[in-house]
Amino acid sequence: MAAVGAGGEPKRLRLTFVLVLAFDTATPAVTAALHDGERVLAESTTIDARRHGELLVPQVEAVVRDAGASLREVTAVVAGAGPGPYTGLRVGLMTAQALATTLGVPAYSVCTLDALAYAAATANPDLGTPFVAATDARRKEVFWARYSDARTRDEGPFVAKPQDLPADLPLVGAGARMYAEVVGEARIVPGAPEYPYAGALAALAAERLAAGAGLEPPRPIYLRRPDAREPGAPKKVTA
Amino acid sequence: MTDEPLVLGIETSCDETGVGIVRGHTLLANAIASSVDEHARFGGVVPEVASRAHLEAMTPTVERALEQAGLKFGDIDAVAVTAGPGLAGALLVGVAAAKAYALGLGVPLYGVNHLAAHVAVDELEHGPLPRPCIALLVSGGHSSLLLVPDVAREVISLGSTVDDAAGEAFDKVARVLGLPFPGGPHIDRAAREGSGTAVAFPRGKYDDGTLDFSFSGLKTAVARWVEAKRAAGETIHVPDVAASFQEAVVDVLTRKALDACRRYDVHDLLIGGGVAANSRLRALAQERCDAAGVRLRVPRPGLCTDNGAMVAALGADLLAAGVSPSAHDLPADSSMPITTVNV
Repeated sequence: MAAVGAGGEPKRLRLTFVLVLAFDTATPAVTAALHDGERVLAESTTIDARRHGELLVPQVEAVVRDAGASLREVTAVVAGAGPGPYTGLRVGLMTAQALATTLGVPAYSVCTLDALAYAAATANPDLGTPFVAATDARRKEVFWARYSDARTRDEGPFVAKPQDLPADLPLVGAGARMYAEVVGEARIVPGAPEYPYAGALAALAAERLAAGAGLEPPRPIYLRRPDAREPGAPKKVTA
Repeated sequence: MTDEPLVLGIETSCDETGVGIVRGHTLLANAIASSVDEHARFGGVVPEVASRAHLEAMTPTVERALEQAGLKFGDIDAVAVTAGPGLAGALLVGVAAAKAYALGLGVPLYGVNHLAAHVAVDELEHGPLPRPCIALLVSGGHSSLLLVPDVAREVISLGSTVDDAAGEAFDKVARVLGLPFPGGPHIDRAAREGSGTAVAFPRGKYDDGTLDFSFSGLKTAVARWVEAKRAAGETIHVPDVAASFQEAVVDVLTRKALDACRRYDVHDLLIGGGVAANSRLRALAQERCDAAGVRLRVPRPGLCTDNGAMVAALGADLLAAGVSPSAHDLPADSSMPITTVNV
């Protein structure tokens, strides 16, 4: 039933029903959330760097159940695109593609660092800008990007050694926290989230979709080439 | 037959993204995307390259399979997936896809053993498996002899390679001979112009009384032989070396397979896996089975190499046997033992 405004025209309260299912597997946080375009209805996160494949689907089932929703009501599936360790990262993107296909809805991705930056900046209005969001890239390196506010990435994502992060900017994320001694404890924003929780990812995606801004297809951001060398001549077996 | 359930099967344990659809034992679709060309210059499968390719290929390959079968997603009654053994990162892409399809469609999920699927696939070509049968599985990653009382419920390991898989030996010998990767088809082709008795290469564990295999010594013997000839300035007749090497491999494989049939008094032998596409293995196995009164079953080459139809076939067997589906926290298990048919 349409509300009627003063001019007798139907007042368009809500054009379409929105239910964004978002999840991220680019960090040790295996995290899922449902967002209705206005708020996070449910979020579930388990920190485990080694079990993305086992934990993600049960996490998705939990948020759908907690929100009292049905998967059939989901209108878009969004996965964190990374960067992040590849084996876990692919679980999220494959799941988004496959789930969206069976539900007949679009699948998208959002840069994982964007979600981390969005969560950090919306929770810390006093956060000095610009700032850097960083996650663990293993091999003593971090994935990072530089932001001028909660929604604007100025450069990145890149992979770098922690000592090579831009000097003097405030830092958020586990990539900064785990190298506090290298980057300087004082630069790390207190109270900012270490991981990109799916609630933030869903909220950012919902904002961008509502604004008519295009989202990326569900493809991973790989910042390193596969480790593989072309072999030389066969090794001699005789002395 | 049309009331049998439709099963979607997904296989990503190595470098093939396989998606198959079956209705019971009827094959409806078998779509494959291979990343083998991307690995060729590295002389072997690079796990990260394979995993990336699976993620790229999965959605289009599933669409192709549905199209081949003339079906819609909503028609699928169950999803089966290779949960192991195989490359961990590669398996995980297939398992993630299968879980999401099962979740989105609201149908049961079956995580299955890759090796058992290589056995079950023959049902698509030759009907129900004799119970029991002996299975010889030979590929780039595996060389196993199995006693199969019931592929949906019980598979017993009789022996396996103690070092290299048979297909791995083919790849390594091909490299020594300057033939491209993967070595199997190239050695098979070269060997047709050569003599299998030209060089007496060693047959590892030939008379040791076990049903295990060893191909590492053979591979090294071929390399030594080739190096010695080259050092002496002699030219190598590649077809003779290829044929003699191949003869040594298939001699051991078929001897042990028939030994297993004798020991367990089983009269049906099934050969599966990528190396089962080898023409000399098929010919010698047939010859020896005929002499021993054993019936031989070998699926056509397209079903021997890794594919999704084999996974769907095993899934259909599990469904028919009333086996419980897998939980949604199903892990990929890169070293899943052969005795585990499903998880």
